[in-house]
Amino acid sequence: MAAAPKTNHIGLTVKEYKGGVSTLCKGCGHDVITNTIISAFYEMGVEPHMVAKLSGIGCSSKTPAYFLNQAWGFNSVHGRMPSVATGAALANRKLVNIGVSGDGDTASIGIGQFVHLLRRNVPLIYIVENNGVYGLTKGQFSATADEGSKLKNGTVNDLPAIDLCTMAIELGCGFVARSFSADRKQLLQILKAAIAFNGTCMLDVLSPCVTFNNHAGSTKSYDWGRDHQGPVHEVGFVPHWQDEEADFEGSERVEVKLPDGGHVWVKPLENTDHDPRDKASALKLLAEDYQNEHEFFTGLMYVNPDRASVQEDLDLSPDPLSHMPIEKLRPSREALDDIVESLR
Amino acid sequence: MSEPSTAPESAAPAHAEPIVNRLSIQVATVNGSGSQTANNTLLRSIFQMGIPVSGKNLFPSNIAGLPTWFTIRANADGYTARRPEIDILVCMNPQTAKEDVAGVPAGASVIYEDSLKLEGSRDDLDFYGVPFNKMVRDICPVVALRRLVVNMIYVGVVAELIGIDTGEIEKALQKAFAKKPKALDMNVDAVKAGLTWARENITKRPRFRVERMDKTAGKVLVDGNMAAAIGALFAGVTVASWYPITPSSSLTESLIDLAAVHRVDPDTGKMNVAIVQAEDELAAIGMVIGASWAGARSMTATSGPGISLMSEFIGLSYYAEVPAVIFNVQRTGPSTGLPTRTMQGDTLFCAYNSHGDTRHPCLYPANIEEAYQFAQDAFDAAERFQTTVFVMSDLDLGMNLWMAEPFEYPEGDIDRGKVLDEQGLAELEDWGRYKDVDGDGIPYRTLPGTPGGKGSFFTRGSGHDEYARYTEDGDKYAENVDRLRRKIQGSADYLPQPLLDAPGSPVGLIAYGTSDDAMREARDQLRNEEGIETDYLRIRAFPLAASVREFVESHERVYVIDQNRDGQMKMLIGLEFPEIAGQITSLRHYTGMPLDARTVSDAVVAHEKASAAKESN
Repeated sequence: MAAAPKTNHIGLTVKEYKGGVSTLCKGCGHDVITNTIISAFYEMGVEPHMVAKLSGIGCSSKTPAYFLNQAWGFNSVHGRMPSVATGAALANRKLVNIGVSGDGDTASIGIGQFVHLLRRNVPLIYIVENNGVYGLTKGQFSATADEGSKLKNGTVNDLPAIDLCTMAIELGCGFVARSFSADRKQLLQILKAAIAFNGTCMLDVLSPCVTFNNHAGSTKSYDWGRDHQGPVHEVGFVPHWQDEEADFEGSERVEVKLPDGGHVWVKPLENTDHDPRDKASALKLLAEDYQNEHEFFTGLMYVNPDRASVQEDLDLSPDPLSHMPIEKLRPSREALDDIVESLR
Repeated sequence: MSEPSTAPESAAPAHAEPIVNRLSIQVATVNGSGSQTANNTLLRSIFQMGIPVSGKNLFPSNIAGLPTWFTIRANADGYTARRPEIDILVCMNPQTAKEDVAGVPAGASVIYEDSLKLEGSRDDLDFYGVPFNKMVRDICPVVALRRLVVNMIYVGVVAELIGIDTGEIEKALQKAFAKKPKALDMNVDAVKAGLTWARENITKRPRFRVERMDKTAGKVLVDGNMAAAIGALFAGVTVASWYPITPSSSLTESLIDLAAVHRVDPDTGKMNVAIVQAEDELAAIGMVIGASWAGARSMTATSGPGISLMSEFIGLSYYAEVPAVIFNVQRTGPSTGLPTRTMQGDTLFCAYNSHGDTRHPCLYPANIEEAYQFAQDAFDAAERFQTTVFVMSDLDLGMNLWMAEPFEYPEGDIDRGKVLDEQGLAELEDWGRYKDVDGDGIPYRTLPGTPGGKGSFFTRGSGHDEYARYTEDGDKYAENVDRLRRKIQGSADYLPQPLLDAPGSPVGLIAYGTSDDAMREARDQLRNEEGIETDYLRIRAFPLAASVREFVESHERVYVIDQNRDGQMKMLIGLEFPEIAGQITSLRHYTGMPLDARTVSDAVVAHEKASAAKESN
């Protein structure tokens, strides 16, 4: 007799977190991220029906169809996923929101909405599957392509890249991380911590495009990533139901308690002493990274769980607005009389 | 101000017998001079005297310095549409004084700052030079406040000249300054100074007078944006996202004020509505769609340029079948156009908004009662048909003060449309998000967070089948968009039906939205002055009801009145009912000013005469 399938702490198997079959190119970095999302939601025991998975347009934006089939998906319009996610978060604050975007969707057409999403601190895990090119339209540069990097046909990018992590920190985002789709271990820990966070989490993940940007001369290829990745620390996560393990006394680890009771921790590696609670340190680190073409720092750049979310700022009812009965929403007859009287 | 040439309402010579409760007052001031309170005081006082009244603010796209005009029309017959002819002109703006005086018809009275020396510039007017600047110095020791207080002096002068009850003025002032008792005293003094000056210095009174009557009892005086906000509040709006744009901003701002009082949860003290000022109209409609998708009743308010930006999302709402309510408080386009002037310029643009084959239910409120009612209807229709519904208001309705019956409390339930919960899903063997189960084209939807594992689906703006799965299959595409067409067409029976007033004339008039205010007066002019009886149909929604076609078919000559250059409703009728397109004549008004009755009646008379001449030939 086969052993009972392994389940998470709410009794679901990993199968219940899976999605449709990917239609992306074989070897696409995005598929690794998709699988890591499945693992993270499974390990965190998130109820799939409480998840809203949203996206804009592009290769990356197709991926919500490939994870969490029991969640509600919304593949919206190009660059506008942040506003749709904001609306959903306002309507039902109990939803767990994950948005998948790309570098074109985020850093070009959607940069306005991206900026204001961060300002508002909408509870949303916002993943940028960053490959430096427009894949679905066959390989034009995006705004995150590094200056001097080359397209397959030899065209050199002469515009500076937008650094999404720096931007996010400056705009008040309380959870900013950079990772690499080839480093599944690190990405999984970051994703789990993001699920435990309450506010916008910006995850900028290098996710190579095997078809249009994986050649020599690209700074978004697998080879380039592997050659240059420098994790600034080891990242770990202890969920709230394993609280007893969250004893970091005397260790070298820096740990931050997250709103759901879980803890994210980092353990410095050689030659780095970055404390992710230190905004100035994070900005300095990213500035050095940007100036040094031989480095590609990954890890938890910045974390600050204290900022109020958009629902807290608006002082919204704890119950979802989406399901409020009309009796609670429609003011009384007397209230209408008062309004009418004020207009006489 | 200059107007397109129009004949004066009355050709009677000056100083003939008094004209009671039929007059227009225009106050010409400088934008930012604080005249609004003074003008509203005049308006309210006349309203409180029981005389039907309306107030139209003609203002520039500017914060301070440019000319602005406020026109009050009082009319015993209840005609409250704009009337271009001015009977009492108050000239407070030296920049425009000459032009203002040149624009009024013979017999009008001109009240002006004495130092402008307008007396004698025309010999067919009554001039009243008032030393406003000198008087305000005596009343108001604070130099900075004089600019504001001086306006109340003309209130006093006008009141004395035309017979406005001083008690009503004090009552109106108390309402205006309820929260500023200090300012109240100074303003009362200013009004009294104006009254006293007029009493002591004026011997010859204007022929235009007001006298108390009883035609406003119980009524309210309010702008359409406030009425729509009240409607949204009582319809149960839970998410509103907006980007400021004239003339729609005050709609959401009114909602914010109302929500602060009426949407604080009595149990938790928390807000039962989320109102967010977005970074642009793209984000505003994106939030509305995200919120509706997740189950909120959500709305935005904007104007033409905002609709242009929202168009991509409106197509998504249509194709992915997500409800959205958009209040379009129309202004004069194209482009930035005349941002502070009115127009029905988006009639076609909204009906078929966004790329691809689309069509959207539109409601055309004509008055305050409908601004309130259609706000509620729009939420029901948006959720019933799972699509964007436009409320096509305009600047005239949205920002001007209109008389109205008090709002009726909404009876009965709201319509949240076909939404399946866990139990509903469990009872179904096979659920597909876009399956036409009932034959009306309207599928069943579910909301994120519904437990049970059966209700999840993937919303997308790309091709999809009945189960919301991605497809590029051409037949499935065609089947789906055919269903969408059927669904939206079906809304014609659900939406407000056209209103018909048909005494049985061969001449038919069709109008919609705020044109209605001028239509009753225009029809009376046609009947009383020319002996032309007319039948009248007012369209209140798109898709057009079949009764619109029947009306055209059953009349010999049909005129469609539009407030835009191209006759957009006429075009819309022709597009929807091509078989009758040739039988309708377009009458258009597009100066950016609210429609007046004379424009309509003159045009109808001209066409009728031409057609009679043709027949006799």
